[in-house]
Amino acid sequence: MIKPVLKVEDLHIVVKGLNGTEKLIVKGINFEVQPGQVVALIGESGSGKTSIALAALGYCRPGLEFAGGKIEFKGVDLISTSRLERRALRGHKIAYLAQSAAATFNPSIRIGDQVTESAVLHNVLSQKEADNKAVLLYHDLELPKAETIGQRYPHQVSGGQLQRLMAAMALCSGPELMLLDEPTTALDVTTQIEVLKSFKSLIREKGTSAIYVTHDLAVVAQIADHIIVLCDGEIMESGPTDQIIHHPAHAYTRKLMAAVNPIPTDKREIKISDKQGRLTLEVEALYAGYGQIQNGRPEIPVLQDITFSLPSGSTTAIIGESGCGKSTLGLSIAGILPRASGNVRLDGKNLPARLEVRSRENLKHIQFVFQMADTALNPRQRVSDIIGRPLRFYKKMNRIDVRNRVLEILEMVDLSPELVTRYPKELSGGQKQRVNLARALAADPEILICDEVTSALDTIVGANIISLLSRLRSKLGVSFIFISHDISTVATFANQIIVLYAGIIVEQGPADLVLSPPYHPYTKLLLASVPELRTDWLDDTVQLQETKAAIARQVEINETGCPFYTRCPFAISGTCNESLPPVRDLGAQHSVTCHLDGLALPGNNDPYQQRVG
Amino acid sequence: MLLKRVGVGLLTLFVVSILVFIGTEILPGDVAEVMLGQTATPESLAALRTQLNLDQPAWLRYFGWLADLANGDLGSSMTGSTTIETLIKDRFANTMLLAGVVSIVAIPISLMIGITAAMYAGSAIDRTVTTGSLCAVSVPEFFTATILVMVFSIQLKLLPSIARPTPYMSFFEILRTLTLPVLTLSFAIAAQMIRMTRAAVLNVLDAAYIEMGILKGVPRKQIILKHALLNAISPIVNVIALNLAYLVSGVVIVETVFAYPGLAKLMVEGVQTRDMPLVQACAIIFGSIYVVLMMLADLASFLSNPRLRHPK
Repeated sequence: MIKPVLKVEDLHIVVKGLNGTEKLIVKGINFEVQPGQVVALIGESGSGKTSIALAALGYCRPGLEFAGGKIEFKGVDLISTSRLERRALRGHKIAYLAQSAAATFNPSIRIGDQVTESAVLHNVLSQKEADNKAVLLYHDLELPKAETIGQRYPHQVSGGQLQRLMAAMALCSGPELMLLDEPTTALDVTTQIEVLKSFKSLIREKGTSAIYVTHDLAVVAQIADHIIVLCDGEIMESGPTDQIIHHPAHAYTRKLMAAVNPIPTDKREIKISDKQGRLTLEVEALYAGYGQIQNGRPEIPVLQDITFSLPSGSTTAIIGESGCGKSTLGLSIAGILPRASGNVRLDGKNLPARLEVRSRENLKHIQFVFQMADTALNPRQRVSDIIGRPLRFYKKMNRIDVRNRVLEILEMVDLSPELVTRYPKELSGGQKQRVNLARALAADPEILICDEVTSALDTIVGANIISLLSRLRSKLGVSFIFISHDISTVATFANQIIVLYAGIIVEQGPADLVLSPPYHPYTKLLLASVPELRTDWLDDTVQLQETKAAIARQVEINETGCPFYTRCPFAISGTCNESLPPVRDLGAQHSVTCHLDGLALPGNNDPYQQRVG
Repeated sequence: MLLKRVGVGLLTLFVVSILVFIGTEILPGDVAEVMLGQTATPESLAALRTQLNLDQPAWLRYFGWLADLANGDLGSSMTGSTTIETLIKDRFANTMLLAGVVSIVAIPISLMIGITAAMYAGSAIDRTVTTGSLCAVSVPEFFTATILVMVFSIQLKLLPSIARPTPYMSFFEILRTLTLPVLTLSFAIAAQMIRMTRAAVLNVLDAAYIEMGILKGVPRKQIILKHALLNAISPIVNVIALNLAYLVSGVVIVETVFAYPGLAKLMVEGVQTRDMPLVQACAIIFGSIYVVLMMLADLASFLSNPRLRHPK
């Protein structure tokens, strides 16, 4: 009989409170990882999945403690063994890949030295051997300039590259077990494909066992052999991937699956609010960026010639990969980052570029909801102060009115009134995001700019926030600018979609027209990159011509021609790289910025469309 | 970027020179009154003022002084016939000697204690260090100095209570005579550096890359010395620079207690005699040292941060 690489038996982990209280967060977990097997731990935040993965290194985060059970790595109990032995296994036989490579790499040490550190430290390889092995791994992971990328510092490579470099770091000492903790969650969908593809082929090739921690069922379906569904530190369901995906037995698993967004199609029903007649926002020929502004153009341009309008009570989604300028657009509409030139008109009146010179009335009309509630909320203020502040500032309410209104607003965002006295750190991620939203709503705005408000949240929590936003939209008649990198989230919610690429609008129009053919080639790439809940999605997708062309190249901004030229499978050499693409009006306010004319745009005769049918 | 920083430094010095000049103008009385003392008559005062150019308008004197300064001429003392340069030369050397010895003693020790405290945060060692350094920072220097003199000079008769290095002393004699002021000053500046080092290292220890180090099996000592310290250089260097600047300009009390002939004491003497060129010269020297030290600290922060050193 084959012995398992890792055997977890009746594992208990407690969190220690300040006054000596103990709370169980992992409650008697049992599972095994066989050689070469990829086991997925899936669940929402707070399910204990990361604690279990870290326990497989014999490690508990500060404040946590093992409270019983065994974790045997090839017969050695990681909990009871000596500190020295544990340290000898860490980074050598068992390697860890964290969620955010940007935070996991030491910013002051060259990448190569960090990749080879554990292999050299554990005397697996000499420095020279390790350096050579690292270069081989960079090749395997399809990293550009494999010979010299190790000389760089972490800030000098892209997020997707850093994530793969972290895989190289884990693999350098030839581990027998890899722990992957949400390694693609922080990435763009397009980048996620390239990273997943590298991970999958590498794990298969090296025959390494792995534990894959995630909240994303669709991602797990691509890479895992066995799925364990966790909730509140207990196993809900466990079984082979196919069985869990196709025949989920437990209600909780089905709930998780329901929260996975369906493939975006044009067959959706989205209502515009009944409350009409409020203010509209128009953006016209907006240029924005960083550095000094000369002749209406910034030193480092980010956005170029952005024009769109936001009818009252509707939702305009702005989508694109990180770095495309979608957040910059939100910031310059709000005036936080003053635009270099162009107009932003609210109800026909042009708004000053700078926040500081806008009237209090105008400030009140446009509110911003930031991505990270953790950093947007003042940790030293109670919920009542956070939500009460805009009421006092914009509406000059007295103390009693503020108190009553705060309670009303909390109710509006489905939060219990007893939370008013809490501090942000005493709230869950979803609750914090609701408070963040409530703060913006308290100003009674006309336009709410939501910047990636669900991307830091679990699938289920994120889905709940979206449904809350939909309800608020029809109830209050607020218009939304919804910034997201995730076209599948947007598809469930937006009336109008703007696709940004490298600072220009490549496609815009009513959501159902944008989500149906003909597509801009980049829109098509985004659609093809949304993970689907079937096990062969990744293998299919990497075969598609648009993803092949896109993952081979980085975003390059050319002085002339179409910015998408280098990654576009339909690019016409001599045209697309020579001149700027024209804006093609496809009717019904739908336009595409592309050299391909309407008929040649990717559309009817392609495999993706047939599949969606 | 670096040029800009130097430009800002020079501008700071210029502003300092104006402030110093205004400050000395505001002081009541002038050198003529001090020199003539009881014998002053309005006529003799006016005559002396004309002789010393004190009757000219302030801005004219300021620009004359600035022009001389730019040529490296600090002017001559108003109370004696000597140039300020000769007055300052020896005192400056003494001040640098004391500051140098204190930094050689205090900086490495503080860094070691601070890092150790951070490594064992929450332990008995850490608590002793934090409480001890808090006490040290709260004790005024004259008190420390007095206690040290009482114990080492009066009771034990081991060390001199007056620190006056002369050119005839041997190296060890100089060290012996400096021991008590060095101890007093080290005590005063170490506390701040220890606390800052501890805080800077602890702050970095929360980072995800430190946890990654643990998960890669890197020993604790190596995590601190390699992964954490590299990212804590900037705040540590800044607090060191601030303390060095203090050692040069702010040690007048210690100089007085030990009768040490340093620059700070000279400046105070200048104020007493209303010898404005002397006061101005000292202030400009202190200002320059401060600006240079801050610039060096910025340079060290810049060099320690790869994001600034290698922009994308």
